[in-house]
Amino acid sequence: MKQLSVFLENREGRLEDVLEILKNRNINILSLSLADSSEFGVLRMIVSDPEEGKKALKEKEISVRLTDVLVVRVPHCVGGLQRILVPILHEKMNVEYLYALTTTKENAIIVLKTSELEKTRAVLQKENIELISAEMLLDK
Amino acid sequence: MIWNETKECMSRDEMETLQGKRLVKIVDRIYHNVEYYRKKMQEVGLEPGDICGLEDLSKLPYTTKEDLRVTYPFGLFAAPQSEIVRIHASSGTTGKPTVVGYTRKDIEIWEECVARSFTMSGVTRNDTVQVAYGYGLFTGGLGAHYGAEYLGARVIPQSTGNTQKLITMMKDFSVTAIACTPSYLLHIAETLEEMGDLDKICLKTAVCGAEPWTEKMRKQIEEKLHIHAFDIYGLSEIMGPGVACDCLYHKGLHVNSDHFLPEIVYTNTLQQVKEGEIGELVFTTLTKEGIPLIRYRTKDLTSISYEPCECGRTTPRLSRFKGRSDDMLIIRGVNVFPSQVEAALLEMAGTTPHYLMIVDRQGSLDSLEVQVEVEERFFSDEIKELEGLRKKISHVLKNAIGLAVAVKLVEPKTIERSMGKAVHVIDKRNLIG
Repeated sequence: MKQLSVFLENREGRLEDVLEILKNRNINILSLSLADSSEFGVLRMIVSDPEEGKKALKEKEISVRLTDVLVVRVPHCVGGLQRILVPILHEKMNVEYLYALTTTKENAIIVLKTSELEKTRAVLQKENIELISAEMLLDK
Repeated sequence: MIWNETKECMSRDEMETLQGKRLVKIVDRIYHNVEYYRKKMQEVGLEPGDICGLEDLSKLPYTTKEDLRVTYPFGLFAAPQSEIVRIHASSGTTGKPTVVGYTRKDIEIWEECVARSFTMSGVTRNDTVQVAYGYGLFTGGLGAHYGAEYLGARVIPQSTGNTQKLITMMKDFSVTAIACTPSYLLHIAETLEEMGDLDKICLKTAVCGAEPWTEKMRKQIEEKLHIHAFDIYGLSEIMGPGVACDCLYHKGLHVNSDHFLPEIVYTNTLQQVKEGEIGELVFTTLTKEGIPLIRYRTKDLTSISYEPCECGRTTPRLSRFKGRSDDMLIIRGVNVFPSQVEAALLEMAGTTPHYLMIVDRQGSLDSLEVQVEVEERFFSDEIKELEGLRKKISHVLKNAIGLAVAVKLVEPKTIERSMGKAVHVIDKRNLIG
């Protein structure tokens, strides 16, 4: 799955600018996470049309890139997230970041980036953990 | 007191005769000993015989930092290596340092010029002088050191860095005079204030230089520390500290003009300005053996006065420096060119990202912040990587210019471009006035 990542300075109005640009292109944000340091931040988004989103932001000279991430269904039960993370840990990979996408009564969906994405994909598939594709997510 | 009354109080006629004689000799020396200068003179059809006195000075070509760069390292030396007893170097525009060499006699003259300067500032052999310039290739430390020693004062070769230790010695050794950059002295003063130790020192005099400062800052230092503060000027290409210094009357910096012949010229036309008008300061070294320079363009902007001073000296006086005619910045005594920052970023990134240098004076210490636009090719969506990038840029810049740099990553196109051309430097220190 392609995630839209945007570099933002940590100052007033910058997030709003990005949201405005996406809105004008009729791009829907399904989920987002905002990581911040003292001076700058990184906005990570799962959007309805990442390619179009990238184009729109680039036109406005905003630093943007598409990043491959994994989207995983997590059962809504105690220890559910651990079931996913432990196999990754066993393979000595590092989780760079993760955030939740949607939560229903039965399941949660999380976005995950690790140090070795393809290897993580293989590990999770082996564990029969459901990976969600862009099509599945957008058809919803 | 005046260290060398004969030279410092000479009538203008006598001085010009002496300067003329010395000019003839130095031109002869460089023509015969420095191939580069010989070619330069031949190009404009000059022979040593064409220079008969001061009136012929304007026939001679100018020398710039670029000449020092293309002849790196020793191409402008006019003495055999066996006669060179000391080498100093300062940062150049392109990473290559500017190298200068001194013969035994050059060092002796330097010592005397610094001794004259200290004497002008009221320092005597009864003083204990703490030299808190950096020691090393930079001329500040050793220059002030040898001069103060020559004067007969007790010298503490403190160097820079450990302010607490400096203050301990200042108190314990009853230091009465200090030589350092003005911003460092303000930092010392503030530290003393914080410690509540302002009344526990015996400091009377400060001789400060190596970076531009204002009259306001000089007064601030004097009031805070209850001392007299003086401005000493110099540049390694010409000698180092002691080329000029201000006296008790603070009406301009007396040039040791028997050794360094000053001219003020328009930066554009290179024609001499009228007395009192502002222009670029140019020096011809009249007695240097190691590396004599003819009409060296300092890029420093100032004006000159030939009126005898109330202190009794007749040597010409330079007004407070008004800035630079090039883009060189002096930050904590270190020469910094935007081109150095550019070259370092280029080396790191392949092409130069847009950058902006912001020089400020926080409290009393100069600071340099470099903002770098995060272009797409640098952008990672991991904070860890971005922090790593920031640290890497800081490290590369620190290595390139020898100063700690605060790097800030900013969004593309946020650094202002004027007329399509990027502004690379904002100096907030407000050094004029």
